[in-house]
Amino acid sequence: MAEVIGEFSEGMSGVDDGLTLTFSASSIPLKHRWRNNGLSADFLADYVTTFFPKDEDDPASLSRQQEIRGAVAYIANELLENAMKYSEEAIASPTTIKLVLAADAVLFSESNCTGAGRGATFLGFVRELAASDPSEMYLRQLERSAESGGSGLGLLTMVNDYGARLAWQFQDLHDGTMRITTQVRLDI
Amino acid sequence: MQTVIEGENYSVEWDPTTRTAALKGILRLNGLLEYAPIAQFLSGAVPAGSMTLDLQGLEFLNSSGIAMLSKFTIEIRNRKTVDLRVVGSKAVSWQGKSLVNLCKLMPTLRMDII
Repeated sequence: MAEVIGEFSEGMSGVDDGLTLTFSASSIPLKHRWRNNGLSADFLADYVTTFFPKDEDDPASLSRQQEIRGAVAYIANELLENAMKYSEEAIASPTTIKLVLAADAVLFSESNCTGAGRGATFLGFVRELAASDPSEMYLRQLERSAESGGSGLGLLTMVNDYGARLAWQFQDLHDGTMRITTQVRLDI
Repeated sequence: MQTVIEGENYSVEWDPTTRTAALKGILRLNGLLEYAPIAQFLSGAVPAGSMTLDLQGLEFLNSSGIAMLSKFTIEIRNRKTVDLRVVGSKAVSWQGKSLVNLCKLMPTLRMDII
């Protein structure tokens, strides 16, 4: 039985007019794969700018394009960094990130597998995030992360600084692993 | 300006006369551990007096980098000997969204987004 937090869209995985990147489980050390997060995030962000063309006579169109590009690059990079940090290398299951353009929003859906223990810890964090005032929790985590690092700051910046809406699905795969799907809706 | 740290897509520069540290490029390092050399430099740059952190040329910063800047800001706030000014750019979209949080951590910080 999957646990869902937030306005999770089951249908989004069936949408075809988007862009999906799939990363197979790999034996290459994390340190060497890390740069792929930024490269992939920049690629997704550049892809999106095609749909927000800049008009040389309209300076607002250029700043809007730059703002959307920056937001997509930031969000995609954080989702991929989290997936890479918390996926377990022994689990041969791919990580995917999908980007869909709706009329009024950019939608992201990132999915990866992790061990049941890590999944449960993350589920605890997500429940706290969903029940908290994001700006208050953000400042608390900034103080806390200054001591220890980590702490879900990427997700909190998406909510607090970018006004994004997040949703999750946690699926217990009954083999000691869990598939976690994180969806981000960025209104434009 | 002298370059004190240089990475694949970023650099940290230092001007001792104006006591300005400038972060430039794209910073997407993995966790606070990889940010430690930059954090150590910033932390030791000015024991007391004025200091400027120039971020105008920093096109991209991931959340671990935001954690590093927060840690630095909290350290300066607690030390109470450094008058910190942070300069950002309106043209870099993440700065307009995320830098304001540093002021919440340290209300006496001077933030100029130009």
